[in-house]
Amino acid sequence: MSASETVPYGIPLDRETPFDPPAAVMALHRGAEMRRLRYHPNGDLGWLVTSHRLARKVLADPRFSARLGSPVQVPIPMPGIEAYADFEGDFPATPGMFIEMDPPDHTRLRRKLTGVFTVKRMKALEPRIERHVQDRLDALAAGPRPADLVAQFAVPVPSMMICELLGVPYERRDRFEADSRALFTIDAGAGAKEAAMNALFAFLGELAAAKRAAPTDDLLSDLAADPDLSEAEVAGMAALLLIAGHETTAKMLALGTMALLENRDQWDLLRGRPDLMAGAVEELLRYLTIIHTGLIRQVKTDFEFEGHQIKAREYVTVSVQTANRDEAHFIEPDRLDVTADAKGHLTFGHGVHQCLGQQLARMEMRIAFAGLIGRLPGLRLAVPAHEVPLVTGQSFYGVAELPVTW
Amino acid sequence: MRIRVDRERCVGAGMCVLTAADYFEQDDEDGRVVLLADEAEDCDTAIADAAALCPAGAITLR
Repeated sequence: MSASETVPYGIPLDRETPFDPPAAVMALHRGAEMRRLRYHPNGDLGWLVTSHRLARKVLADPRFSARLGSPVQVPIPMPGIEAYADFEGDFPATPGMFIEMDPPDHTRLRRKLTGVFTVKRMKALEPRIERHVQDRLDALAAGPRPADLVAQFAVPVPSMMICELLGVPYERRDRFEADSRALFTIDAGAGAKEAAMNALFAFLGELAAAKRAAPTDDLLSDLAADPDLSEAEVAGMAALLLIAGHETTAKMLALGTMALLENRDQWDLLRGRPDLMAGAVEELLRYLTIIHTGLIRQVKTDFEFEGHQIKAREYVTVSVQTANRDEAHFIEPDRLDVTADAKGHLTFGHGVHQCLGQQLARMEMRIAFAGLIGRLPGLRLAVPAHEVPLVTGQSFYGVAELPVTW
Repeated sequence: MRIRVDRERCVGAGMCVLTAADYFEQDDEDGRVVLLADEAEDCDTAIADAAALCPAGAITLR
């Protein structure tokens, strides 16, 4: 019996319902906390971790490295994957991309930014986020119905905010939106991804050079002025913030709105109880888990983990979506309940790589959902829910469009 | 109970401030944890939550 016949290849992405993980992924989770997974058509084996308990353990354990040995970073069948000998070679980390690094390299770069994304600093941004939200709601309310909530609200709010914080002119979003989308489109192909990364580096490198010459009051100027950072590192860090800073929150805002509209009692509950919003955002993050391809690590040495013998160069994927639906940790995990205790969800990750921008994302979501519910309390889907186009082919799950009316 | 923080382990995620703001703060410069009080009632669940939620395991309770 060959392993390829019994071990699943890749993580299933196709869904039966818009808000629940694929049934096939949930079935893998129910069978075992951790199992073998095939990562490549050539039969290379790695691991899939699905329980909340083990997800936390793996993500907090430095033996599971964020340095991946291959540009193919997700265990998902994609065109052209055969070109990569998945477990061989040493693929260098992109300069500045500290999510691909381990301490101490990771620590050196992340610490340049942690002071900027503190709870207190994000709280101070509240009026600016509020203004962007209200501006977009004004435009939405004055425009035609139905409207696409993704293009008119969910994307512009976080995109404008990260641009403002970084000091990237929002008017020049044509220089980064398509490229960042290519980077998180699973089957874009390695060549297209490399071209997109190069284009982003060129754009942000130019901008950083301009800010080095004439600094403005923004994060990119601060990074550009830091003598400890190379020009490539500055461009890479800025690219990482730009990519991670808009598409993730955008996906959550649109999918979160749809989930609340399809669970109308939850929408109505939040209308009367704004004090529930902070908890509601945590519950939406848990319930929807847009990180549907999981978080991936590679081990560099042989060791035993939870009774399994892990071999050097094997990959381990942590399935955040199943961990967030784990009955051993959450009560009634398959139900959306904005009053539930969603504490400990892993949507922002765990361990040293836990999302740097999570406090910004939380603030944006609280203000955006509250703004939407307050301003358009009668909001509803303009098409039947099953006609809303889902996006499963990107690193972040969500909806491509959300036609709404009110 | 006694609260201890390890600033070398801290990754500045802010979970402790979000969970127990009376006890934890983030340094304005580098975002790393600053302890506001190092003693708490044993029954204080917010402190226990903050320690459990810290992504870097930088908070210990005794």
